[in-house]
Amino acid sequence: MGDAEIIPIGTRGRQGRGTGTQPSSAARGLAPHKPAPKRPASKNPASKKPASKKQASKEQAPKAAPRPEPTDEPVEEPAPTQGIPAADWLTAFQHAAVDVFGDDWEPQLARFLAFLRRRVTGDYTVDEYGFDREVTERFLMSALRPIAQKWFRIEVRGIENLPADGGALVVSNHSGTIPVDGLMTMVSIHDHTGRFLRPLGADLVFRLPFVSSMARRSGATLACHEDAERMLRNGELVGVWPEGFKGIGKPYAERYKLQRFGRGGFVAAAVRTGVPIVPLSVVGAEEIYPLVGNLPSLARLLGVPYIPITPFFPVLGPLGLVPLPSKWLLEFGEPIRTDEFDAGAAEDPMLVFNVTDQVRETIQQTLYSLLMQRQSVFR
Amino acid sequence: MGSAGTVVLVTGVSRDLGRRFARAAAADPGVARVIGVDVVPPRGDIGDVSFVRADIRNPVIAKVIVKEDVDTVVHMSVISTPGSAGGRHTMKELNVIGTMQLLAACQKAPGLRTLVVKSTTTVYGASSRDPAMFTEDMEPRRAPRSGYAKDVAEIEGYVRGFARRRPDVRVTLLRAANVIGPHVTSPITSYFRLPVIPTVLGHDARLQFLHEQDLLDVLLHATRSDVPGTFNVAGDGILMLSQALRRLRHPTVPLPSFAVGNVGSTLRSARLADFSPEQTAFLTYGRGVDTTRMRTDLGFEPTFTTAGAFADFAAPLAPAGGGRAERALAGLAERLSEPVATPAGGRRG
Repeated sequence: MGDAEIIPIGTRGRQGRGTGTQPSSAARGLAPHKPAPKRPASKNPASKKPASKKQASKEQAPKAAPRPEPTDEPVEEPAPTQGIPAADWLTAFQHAAVDVFGDDWEPQLARFLAFLRRRVTGDYTVDEYGFDREVTERFLMSALRPIAQKWFRIEVRGIENLPADGGALVVSNHSGTIPVDGLMTMVSIHDHTGRFLRPLGADLVFRLPFVSSMARRSGATLACHEDAERMLRNGELVGVWPEGFKGIGKPYAERYKLQRFGRGGFVAAAVRTGVPIVPLSVVGAEEIYPLVGNLPSLARLLGVPYIPITPFFPVLGPLGLVPLPSKWLLEFGEPIRTDEFDAGAAEDPMLVFNVTDQVRETIQQTLYSLLMQRQSVFR
Repeated sequence: MGSAGTVVLVTGVSRDLGRRFARAAAADPGVARVIGVDVVPPRGDIGDVSFVRADIRNPVIAKVIVKEDVDTVVHMSVISTPGSAGGRHTMKELNVIGTMQLLAACQKAPGLRTLVVKSTTTVYGASSRDPAMFTEDMEPRRAPRSGYAKDVAEIEGYVRGFARRRPDVRVTLLRAANVIGPHVTSPITSYFRLPVIPTVLGHDARLQFLHEQDLLDVLLHATRSDVPGTFNVAGDGILMLSQALRRLRHPTVPLPSFAVGNVGSTLRSARLADFSPEQTAFLTYGRGVDTTRMRTDLGFEPTFTTAGAFADFAAPLAPAGGGRAERALAGLAERLSEPVATPAGGRRG
């Protein structure tokens, strides 16, 4: 181990590079073309690089005023937060405010503060389903919009099929392991029409902590005929995914094959309230988390419909939760009118099944044609 | 009816709301006499109300009804918490057996014209499978198995049976939302009066309140009006639990749902608050009731909204200057408006 003594770091007793008559090449490159002023060695000879850098940084300073010999390095620079006058803080704050809120930052900031104050004091209103319009518009939509536009590059077609006001029932296919398609539909409809889609969710949604409070806040309610009819009567735009867990948790191999459409309860609700049914076909959501496996026994233990295994989850851990950036197409089909049926139509199972099949077929056909038009999954 | 003045019998006058209703009824010009019944005498002033010390679990009540020629019975003696009455066993006996005896006595009273029963929206339960707004025709998603909710469900069953047997008596069942007000002591008000309030982590309940004054008004309205049936009674609008707690400005401790039960039983044994399982479910999922029928059929309009009732309840509880965060925000907003404005204008102009 005698060789270990010869380490090519340091100067082995001679003067260090940083202390010599000439600056290092790096320092020479930084400095203006002028010989460096001589100065006695004050550096620890063992450290090469830091020494040379400091030399270089001091290079420019002595030109203006030849300062006294530095003896103690840390004393020279005061702590960064000490001694900054309040006016500087204020100016910095103003700059930051202008950067964040734009030129009319003052009313903007005042408005934001008022909003914050309302939230802290609880001075806001929610509707009877717990829908918090303000927080949905300001936070949820703003958070989802970049994902919809930049990540999935959602293309919306047939938006004119949605009525500008009054009740309507949007019926969509369901896919993607996690109900991202519902969130994306909500933000797309809000951005294109200014209306809020009120989704109907399974009771699991309202049983889970955090998910339940978020769902109610963003306007969702339980998928039961009482709530659906109540919302439709009040002229809301209601969204329903009749495939439910069968659709969202189907294996990747069965992508774009519609599952059974529940028991047609959504049709009965629309017929009873006489609102149009707008079929919506979503292409792209199937590919975000390709479901290749399932853990049924663990799912049963946890009381959830399935535990997904995708090519990246749970192998890559949390990284596997990043959805694949597939290209999405949303096509709203022609509305199916239900106001022409007579009063007892909702109680006629045959009619309800027929309308259900009609909606299902429309969505399936549109899915096929959209898949034909799509260049590739990610483009 | 009401020509020579009605004779009103009120049960449960030893408690504050019962006593105050009896006094309000006595002050009503259409009422000739008010008889208050309870096992213990009321603590406060009962004014013109004549108090009869009787146990409604005892057939004596039938004699009182016949002798006093009562034509209106207001049943308010359904208690939501064992509290001073003793254990759960006593509470159940008081609620269910008391109602049975009272209804049996009413059935034998030929002069009876009106029966008003104060029920509660607790009968709808609270679960994740609930519709957003319960109407009067809806059943609870899960039949209550214990506690207050089961008592009330049984009481309502007996009342409906009575209505079938005595079709000449007008039976009005009022399902009141959680009654709240500065003078009310109930599980929900003692919950909100806790210095640090435990909540269920990740859930936010939808709440509806009825102000105490509105409860007295609607009971009086029901004794006078001529509309039989079942009615939900609640203030307008919905308040989220988180929102209510922010308005109250009390610190909160979110606990996972499995821990809330333990904390609840500790609080219960310390007599600080009552956390029954149905109370926990209510604070997890909340409940909303539809009050359309109250407005259209019963013709009653509460003076306080849900938010207004809660504000009236919270006013003596909330800290004076507002919470810390609120004060900081208010200070920032004030400071922002003046000194920042001038340099900004000068620099940019």
